[in-house]
Amino acid sequence: MAIPKVMGTEIEYGITVKGDSDFDPISGCVLLVNAYREDHAGEILWDYDQENPLADARGFQVDGEKYTPNQQENIARNKTLMNGARYYVDHAHPEYSCPEVTNVRDLVVHEKAGERILEMSRREANALLPGGTQMLIYKNNSDRKGNSYGSHENYLMDRRTSFKQIVENLMPFFVTRQVFCGAGKVGAENRSQPVDFQISQRADFFETEVALDTMVKRPIINTRDEPHADREKYRRLHVIVGDANLSEYTIYLRNGVTALVLSMIEDGAINKNMSLRDPVRSIKEVSHDPTCRKKIQLEDGKNITAAELQAEYLEMALTYAASTSVDPVTEDVLAKWEHVVGCLQRDPMELDGKIDWVMKKSMIESFMQRKSLDWQSPRVEMLDLQYHDLRPEKGLYYLLERQGRAERIVADEEIATAIHTPPADTRAYFRGECLRRYGDAVFGVNWDSISFGVDGEPIKRILMAEPLKGTKSHVEELLTSSPTAADLVKNLSA
Amino acid sequence: MHTTTKRRLDNHADAHLVPLYCAAGSTQKQQPRKGGGNDAEGSDGGGAQKLAKKGKELKEDMDSLVDEIDEVLEENAEEFVKNYVQRGGE
Repeated sequence: MAIPKVMGTEIEYGITVKGDSDFDPISGCVLLVNAYREDHAGEILWDYDQENPLADARGFQVDGEKYTPNQQENIARNKTLMNGARYYVDHAHPEYSCPEVTNVRDLVVHEKAGERILEMSRREANALLPGGTQMLIYKNNSDRKGNSYGSHENYLMDRRTSFKQIVENLMPFFVTRQVFCGAGKVGAENRSQPVDFQISQRADFFETEVALDTMVKRPIINTRDEPHADREKYRRLHVIVGDANLSEYTIYLRNGVTALVLSMIEDGAINKNMSLRDPVRSIKEVSHDPTCRKKIQLEDGKNITAAELQAEYLEMALTYAASTSVDPVTEDVLAKWEHVVGCLQRDPMELDGKIDWVMKKSMIESFMQRKSLDWQSPRVEMLDLQYHDLRPEKGLYYLLERQGRAERIVADEEIATAIHTPPADTRAYFRGECLRRYGDAVFGVNWDSISFGVDGEPIKRILMAEPLKGTKSHVEELLTSSPTAADLVKNLSA
Repeated sequence: MHTTTKRRLDNHADAHLVPLYCAAGSTQKQQPRKGGGNDAEGSDGGGAQKLAKKGKELKEDMDSLVDEIDEVLEENAEEFVKNYVQRGGE
């Protein structure tokens, strides 16, 4: 029986400072993350103690050095926010991990809230930079010079579903889903075949099918096994194959359809074998063909387009939804997916206004036509990059949105609320509320625990191994009856 | 609605930046302005004229988009793109 798809995304952003040739990205990131102030703003550690990034879902532990910053570095690089999110420096990128949510609509709200928070911090950080320089942030995945950074998705799964089953049924889906969630890119990278425009920002960077590493020889399916939850019951599927999306409609489908497919895998509802002969080759073949006509080869020798493959998954999903009860959001996702797959099989450009890569391509082509430019022109490359600029007055996605050329899923008021308010229906509620109410007494935080330092007592760590516990309905009374952290700890120990 | 919604951007002290992202007056789901219309024409004489008018509207629509983009597009594109270098991430 499929378990609720608690989910979240972690987005690495691009960062640069215009007018500063000596710009150091790490100190830029530290400045940026610390420029975002919330009222409690205590000195809170990210609790790395229980993290285990070297555990592989295929059942072994990789030998290696786990990096853990010292306390001072830790505090400088990690902020846990009142909305339950984690905002931090990951290598040389600012990263925002949204709080856990139960449904994809909330996911859109919270991922968008992350964009606002990044932009707010950027403005604050700029005030501290020398005149003539300006910090800029981009929600994208590469610098077109062969360096890539990720937008990762996380989905809660039932541990009883074998990883082998997940890989088999997910691989064809992951290779082809870019047709409805790619962010588009001008040119090719990482020694791939040259191309004017391709569907995915990340496709060129995938070099293996299944592996643990996320930074070199990237795998289509990542085997990281760090549930941040009860590891007897749960798996956290860590997905690195996606692009950074701006379009709400695209984000909605990306996570919504993927969550649905994962539920189907858990319930054994993927009953067609769509295995590909060469997934690593095919993910690039699909990306390099914006007409969506290219056929890729299945293991059984058949040739099929990415849209046709998606149509097979869609058909299984429609059967699945008819036989089980799906919630209204999932129904809506299914309806939109169906619409999109239909358009892709006729003419992908019908999806202008809905899917990032189509919107970007359409915008660039209009510009090229009017200005008599070609795909190699620097202004075209600039359009590609500026689509992802987080400044509302400069970012080209935001321009399209303001002009009514981008279909929305959520409202700006919801996004504004999510900047400071955690989701009410996951443990993010408890985390965010503890930070808001007892910020000064919080010693350390992780996804599945929070620690308090109270009046010279030993640090008390509260475990939160269940993503669906610690919700508003579970803990509101407890919080209300605990004016201080000491009260909270006492009440919990009672 | 055909006119370009040009939004004046105020530098609010409001940290939420809500006004900066909203299209004028509306926070509801907005339907995209699609280029392709589905005008099925009835009579002939009116048909050709309507089609020409539609074509003109589309061109104006595209022109206005390009103009808006041109206004905000980073100058010195070549240098900017060249200087945008990132470290590898995950």
